Amino acid sequence: MSDKGQQHTIVALVADKPGVLTRIASMFRRRGFNIASLAVGQSEQAGFSRMTFVVEGDEDTVYQVTKQLDKLIDVVRVSDITGRETVARELALIKVRATPANRGEIIQIVNLFRAAIVDVGNQSMVVEITGEEDKINALYSLLEPSGVIEMLRTGVVAMVRGQANGQVTDDVGMEPSGMAIAQG
Amino acid sequence: MELSGAEIVCESLLKEGVEVIFGLPGGAVLPLYGALSKYPQLRHILVRHEQAAAMAADGYARATGRVGVCSATSGPGATNLITGIASAQMDSIPMVAITGQVPRAAIGRDSFQETDVTGITLPITKHNYLVMDVADVAPVIKEAFHIARTGRPGPVLVDIPKDILLDERAEFIWPVNISLAGYNPPKEAPEEQVAQAAKLINEAERPIVLAGHGTLISHAYDEVRELAEKAQLPIITTLLGISSFPTDHYLNLGMPGMHGMAYASLAIDKADLLISLGMRFDDRVTGRLRDFAPNAKVIHIDIDPSELNKNVKATVPLLGDLKLVLGQLIPQVEANVHMDWLNHIDTLRAEHPSTIIRETDALLPQFVLRELTQATQGDSIIVTGVGQHQMWAAQYCAFREPNTLITSGGLGSMGFEVPAALGAKVGRPDKTVWSIAGDGGFQMTLCDLATAVENNINVKFAILNNGTLGMVHQWQDFFYEKDYFSTVYTGNPDFVKLAEAYGIVGLRVTDKEQVAETIQQAMEIPGPVVIDFVVAQGENVFPMIPAGESVNEMLEEPTPERTG
Repeated sequence: MSDKGQQHTIVALVADKPGVLTRIASMFRRRGFNIASLAVGQSEQAGFSRMTFVVEGDEDTVYQVTKQLDKLIDVVRVSDITGRETVARELALIKVRATPANRGEIIQIVNLFRAAIVDVGNQSMVVEITGEEDKINALYSLLEPSGVIEMLRTGVVAMVRGQANGQVTDDVGMEPSGMAIAQG
Repeated sequence: MELSGAEIVCESLLKEGVEVIFGLPGGAVLPLYGALSKYPQLRHILVRHEQAAAMAADGYARATGRVGVCSATSGPGATNLITGIASAQMDSIPMVAITGQVPRAAIGRDSFQETDVTGITLPITKHNYLVMDVADVAPVIKEAFHIARTGRPGPVLVDIPKDILLDERAEFIWPVNISLAGYNPPKEAPEEQVAQAAKLINEAERPIVLAGHGTLISHAYDEVRELAEKAQLPIITTLLGISSFPTDHYLNLGMPGMHGMAYASLAIDKADLLISLGMRFDDRVTGRLRDFAPNAKVIHIDIDPSELNKNVKATVPLLGDLKLVLGQLIPQVEANVHMDWLNHIDTLRAEHPSTIIRETDALLPQFVLRELTQATQGDSIIVTGVGQHQMWAAQYCAFREPNTLITSGGLGSMGFEVPAALGAKVGRPDKTVWSIAGDGGFQMTLCDLATAVENNINVKFAILNNGTLGMVHQWQDFFYEKDYFSTVYTGNPDFVKLAEAYGIVGLRVTDKEQVAETIQQAMEIPGPVVIDFVVAQGENVFPMIPAGESVNEMLEEPTPERTG
């Protein structure tokens, strides 16, 4: 389980009941799975939330994660959308040290990234950026020399492009056959 | 008419066809007991310790295939259930545990006898509930039973605050349907994959069936037998699958793995196909995974998708209910004889007999179990604890009918044998029930001998008393330089006097000659009996594949001591 593999993005539709997050977090912990990020919010269906997990691990581990998730009674549907055409977004708030001397430079960087300055203080500014993980990482590395006081990231939310939604991209249930794979 | 929460619980249990509840009351659950006293159809068996309530419910469930029910109060009552619930979870046992909770207003304030029981049992239940509205009581209980018994069964805990049981009232409305969007146990497997599996079976030269607990849970024993006989497939049963196939059937090789039959483990090593039915490749079965069945393709049928490809990669995984999937599969399997393979296995059997008892005047535990199985004609229900006696029971006892070996496999909970035997006997009053214990495990739960007495539960308790924690002692012998630290009991009670103190018959056996007649005597006594078999100390279980090793490192009983 400790194998570091690539990052996988998993989307789950879950019943919006008390304790559901605890059930999921507890399962991850006791099975030794690593969550890189987790975002939760309402879905289009009343009484159900949609979660996006970014999970680290090799193929087998991640497949086991999806099945263990699906086994939880409150989890309705699980899809590993890694490798699909997706829209993936994360929001970050970055509080950066800003003096009259470097304020202009920060504003320039923020504009380049089409980010926004949402608060300005005497010695600091708060930058809001939405985008894919890489874009946020890139902005952060450019702001870092000025001095980042605080950063807060929401974790990635992701969605398959086109018609498909979590309901028709159900990955769990049909077990891939080792023989079928071997036969190509 | 509006009913109290407690009355709604009772009405719901009646709707579920519950006939017996094992439990022990306390403050928070007392309103439920107040209602139970007015529902004589719901038999309540009062235990001496809540662990026995959970384990008795477990034994009842295994013996009958029905959902076992236990109840306890909040706090320590509920935490005492934990070992029993965890055992049920590991062995996929349908159970519903109902616990009282402190009143809603007191939750979260560290109130007297408050514990977060749903939090504690989260990882050891299939699902659990904290009921915060009296209107939810009936639907939650219906869901709990449904979840406990369907798919891969498991324990479900329902925690109900005292004020909901006592003060809140509602109409009793038994829901018609259950709506669980995220829960839909599989039935048949995809046809294409069934065909692939049949092809593998038809092409295999050295196939083996590995039958696990799923065979019993799915009631698939007839199908398993039909499959095995049609294609002449040798069968290996895991510890929990043992009674799914008659012990004396010529295709039955017994148990594999750590203390399995040497020839069974050697056959797996040579097999070119494993047909794995409702089993989960536990480490006690496989040993070191990379050396397990190195030549075999694997067909794995299970109802729990997370078991497929978890420990062993399946060439053809089949997700579904075993009975239904075998129904799909068997017509596509061709009749076969596998003459060379069965002959080879016979040779392995002859070279590695595994269950020969050496000639000695000492009273050996294996000998006791062989005599017991002869006396009962393999017709009784055997309930074991955990350790050496459990492994010897698996090796030396014979079983003819499904669900006649009841044992804590996954969690390996010592002390299981006393309460689980009580539950088994309550569920199957027509069967002779033997509780096989070591002196260690017996002392963990012997307080519930009183429960047997009070309720006249006619269980025969056999203690294989070697004055040690035998299996741990064996590990010290093999792997810890014979440093027998903390595994020898020097202050055991007199078990015969103890039985007498409980008002039941106690018998002692110290000599081989007394074994058969004492077993007979015990079965003729119309009530619970304790037999203290004072067996040889330091006897080890063979064969043994040390933990994390493979069949190549198997230890067999030293040959010079073998006879005939």
